[in-house]
Amino acid sequence: MSKFKKKSKAGQDIPTAALPDIIFMLLFFFMVTTVMRDDEILVKQLLPKADQLTKIEKKSLVSHIFIGEPKNTGLYGSEPKVQTNDVFVEPSDIVQFVNQEKDKLDENQRDKITMAMNVDQEVKMGIVSDVQQELREANALKVLYKSIRKGTVDN
Amino acid sequence: MARNKDRGTPEVSSGSMADIAFLLLIFFLVTTTIANDKGIAIQLPPKPDPNDPPPEIKFQQRNIFKILANSKDQLLVEDEPWTRPIGDLKDEVKVFILNFGNPTPEGIELYNSLPSSLKVQAGQNPDSSDDPTKAIVSFKANRGTSYELYIEVMDAMNAAYNEIYGERVGLTAEEWLAIDLKDDTQRRIYQQARSNIPRALSIAEPDK
Repeated sequence: MSKFKKKSKAGQDIPTAALPDIIFMLLFFFMVTTVMRDDEILVKQLLPKADQLTKIEKKSLVSHIFIGEPKNTGLYGSEPKVQTNDVFVEPSDIVQFVNQEKDKLDENQRDKITMAMNVDQEVKMGIVSDVQQELREANALKVLYKSIRKGTVDN
Repeated sequence: MARNKDRGTPEVSSGSMADIAFLLLIFFLVTTTIANDKGIAIQLPPKPDPNDPPPEIKFQQRNIFKILANSKDQLLVEDEPWTRPIGDLKDEVKVFILNFGNPTPEGIELYNSLPSSLKVQAGQNPDSSDDPTKAIVSFKANRGTSYELYIEVMDAMNAAYNEIYGERVGLTAEEWLAIDLKDDTQRRIYQQARSNIPRALSIAEPDK
């Protein structure tokens, strides 16, 4: 019995050495679960491969349009769809989207807006062309077909 | 009170700081997606003005290099089915652009300004383009053409022009694309290479 008591006395302090680790783990948990990218891509995105790539000079002038087969085919069907921000839109809504994006920019930069087309390589040209016609309508004439350098495996 | 003093100053153990730092590092390594904002840039034509009738411009047929794609992803190049690999298309476009079949005075001046490496490639075929200032590369896809093929053809057409521009100032196509237009000397090289060889790519609206 006396032995027992001695042992319990020795272990009365809670070790705090691991406390910072625990705190950091918690921090990581919240950092990981927080959604950081502004738009979640709802369509398949296997970009085509090309060689003659140019870089975007100013990131702030770029708006993204995603086109591809929806990932959730059960809900949205397998026809390619256009996605801007977080929602699917019809090609006819692109003008509105472009105007919203232009409003975010300074007035003198509005003509320089670049639309980055993130199009899955399986998509047919029909819908891409429809979107382009709308971009012309919205006077957003700079278009970048996003693609991956040939020879790289990862996208 | 005396007992408290015996304990000494409390210290936060810093032995695990290294681990914490590594965890942070790994976290950012994993979550950072390297921005892949690269692609083929094009400029769309402005919306046609409904009050203006479409301008009637007549081009010589020989000055237009026609590429057509159908819904089965087959290509028709200069009215002949394309059976070779698509990588060869670039060379064909290049030969077309660099042809001096019936050069205008401007074209002759351009020819004289070219470096010898390009002069060697310049053809004299009278049935092909008059000279690089007149040449137009036209691409028309079908609504059923896959985007993959579309990009491959766009890539080939741009590659042909970029290689010509690059060779004109002694650069490879990659070095040409890496030119920084904000730098004065580099911009001068760019303008020198671009002068009198317009990047005349015509991308027609797809067929129904």
